Amino acid sequence: MSNKKTKTVKWGEEPKLGMLDALYLPAIVSGLATAVRHAVSGKPTTRQYPEVEPEIPPNYRGVHRLNRDEQGRVKCVACYMCQTACPANCIEIIAAPAPKDDPHWKDRDKFPATFTIDELRCIYCGMCEEACPVDAIELTSVYDLTGLTRTEMVFDKEKLLSVFDETVKSGKDPVRTNRGTLGPASEVAPTGRQGPPPPGRGKHG
Amino acid sequence: MVKVKVNDIEVDAGPKDNCILAARKAGVEIPHYCWHESLSVVASCRMCLVEVGETKPDGTVAMGPKLVPGCQTPIKEGTVIRTDSPKVKAAQQMTLELLLLNHPLDCSICDQAGECYLQDYTYKYGKAHSRLDEPKLQRMDKYHIGDQIALFTDRCVMCTRCVRFTREISGTAELHVVARGSHEEIDVFPEDPCNNKLAGNVVDLCPVGALCSKDFLYKKRVWWLKQAESVCTGCSTGCSISIDQNENKVYRLRPRPNPEAQGHFMCDEGRFGFKYIHDERRLSAPKLSAALASGTESQRKTTTGNFAPDLNFADVWPTALTKARQKIQDAIKADPSGFVAVFSPFMTVEEAYLLAKFIKGIHEKARLVLGPIPTVGTDDKYPKGPKGEPPAEGKVKFTIRGEKCPNRLGVEAVLKHFEGSVVRIESITQRPNAHAWYIVGGYTSGWVTEAIDKAVGTPSLLIVQDIFPSPLSERADIVLASGSFAERDGTYVNHAGLAQSANAAIRAPGEARPDGRILMELAGRTGVFNAMALRKEIGATVPELSVLASGDLGEQGVRLVRFAKLATAAAT
Repeated sequence: MSNKKTKTVKWGEEPKLGMLDALYLPAIVSGLATAVRHAVSGKPTTRQYPEVEPEIPPNYRGVHRLNRDEQGRVKCVACYMCQTACPANCIEIIAAPAPKDDPHWKDRDKFPATFTIDELRCIYCGMCEEACPVDAIELTSVYDLTGLTRTEMVFDKEKLLSVFDETVKSGKDPVRTNRGTLGPASEVAPTGRQGPPPPGRGKHG
Repeated sequence: MVKVKVNDIEVDAGPKDNCILAARKAGVEIPHYCWHESLSVVASCRMCLVEVGETKPDGTVAMGPKLVPGCQTPIKEGTVIRTDSPKVKAAQQMTLELLLLNHPLDCSICDQAGECYLQDYTYKYGKAHSRLDEPKLQRMDKYHIGDQIALFTDRCVMCTRCVRFTREISGTAELHVVARGSHEEIDVFPEDPCNNKLAGNVVDLCPVGALCSKDFLYKKRVWWLKQAESVCTGCSTGCSISIDQNENKVYRLRPRPNPEAQGHFMCDEGRFGFKYIHDERRLSAPKLSAALASGTESQRKTTTGNFAPDLNFADVWPTALTKARQKIQDAIKADPSGFVAVFSPFMTVEEAYLLAKFIKGIHEKARLVLGPIPTVGTDDKYPKGPKGEPPAEGKVKFTIRGEKCPNRLGVEAVLKHFEGSVVRIESITQRPNAHAWYIVGGYTSGWVTEAIDKAVGTPSLLIVQDIFPSPLSERADIVLASGSFAERDGTYVNHAGLAQSANAAIRAPGEARPDGRILMELAGRTGVFNAMALRKEIGATVPELSVLASGDLGEQGVRLVRFAKLATAAAT
């Protein structure tokens, strides 16, 4: 039993230094060679920011956005999962019952009355995005975040929704989450199965 | 005692236990929804199916051929219960799959999430997936079911705990099951919503998120709440409760099962009556009258030192308490019998003891008086009959008492020890003969009647320790802002002489301090207020409260000796 367990673990070993490596000279020479190659190649390595904006990879974790559903309402259902998962305690939600009299909100029970993220406190780890059951919060590739005061950097619901509108318009949608296929909690009529069928059984079990 | 075997663990169970209780004693959980200790057995949820067998005289074990519901199966000597066989596990999985067939996947917005038995049991005993291919049944939410209750119909698992509660405990029978088969729903008759005085309990009873409290709806996720074990101060029943708070705000009170005090439930008056502790009108800082404050001005300037004169970093409390102590001592020395200390039945035993000992320590002749006892009507007993009549003697399952204070007996015991007898304030309002008053309030609402107001008049010294402003605090020389029940540690003695310990859940608003801390410092005692240490001291000093000597009263509390004798006499 214990034998089997130890075999499943691979222990990495530090490579042993040979005679040549112990002299350090080959390493110094190869380092010098790299420096000389860069010095004489003539290729510029300076980036002309902000005139030339860098290509941000689409899986970059930048400013948050709050997604909207097809009807333009905030997709968030105020389940507090992101606030619970957040290691920096930068998210604060106050939930409220959805206005049931409003036909626009008829199919919703709960919605965030306020939703604030302290962008200065956030460590951009992406846990909120991962915790969200309805794909309502996402980190975008917007990276150039500036402000004159601290309070300005505490983003409220409207600001976070405007980030969504902007990123959709500019085509800089994040790619991590499956936008379009919602979590079951925000769907109108959950149909079909919620998991893989049990192995070795037919469609109806 | 009956010896039974649960999953090969031998355990002594009570002769009237069912399989669930016997297994609980062995440390084995049998999952269940419809069964509740204080309600009748219906065995309808099928979650507690277990294998049960018996030990034959020759020592062999004969297991029953079928699974039986553990809640409905009594035990006897040699009963063998198995909860971990493949047969039981398969039954649990199938039961849960059935219960979840039409259960919506809205845990993310459900208030019960985090304390939901459907979540817990599915995690422990259920399957990870559903085989349902059809759309789930969707039903309308019923917000009309009661003033305090909302029914999310599609989350219901039809355990009928709530229905049985309104029939057996409150006796009002508002909730019913309508329709049949998979169309079963909980409902009320039109124009007869579930608004009885115990209605809030169905929210606690509901094992899933079907019945939710409108008061708590969407206010906080339950995993943020921290619990403090306390005692409800709404009436002299003294229900054991847990105060659920987060970030210094109390969100809800829930009953804590205590067979000694009240059973499993509490009334709505207590459950929703805690809002006054977050009232904006509460006294939030000690206050000195203008005459006294001007005397301290020079002192305050020296304490602030180099800071700008308008920045007052000095704590007002030391000044107020030193002044108060000095004034009390002077007043008592001048005329001992002219000094009256009024005790409130909302004080804990510890606080009453601290104050009584301090006053009597200065002079024997200073008078201690019990403040007004708020009383509303008579005791309200449940279950009610069909016409709302109270139940017969001996069939009472819950009582809301007319005496709306938690600790009359405890304070009286302290007063009897220090004063010799209990003098009520009503008996001295005609001729108070007092020139100095120390008045303790702590009542949930205005308590200063005209008679008291007139009796106090404008004495030479008036110190008020209260949570709300009153005519007395308006003209008091010193006002000490004190704490509500959620902010106090201490002991309450209920109507039946049960001493229960309460723990502080939150901090008092602003500069206000819990009464124990104020009185500790006022009495000039060293150290911080520690209820357990004080209980030991009280137990050794006051004979009637000798049961407090252990310090720790446990979760269920301890009965005073006098009442314990009464209880045993009644039992025999």
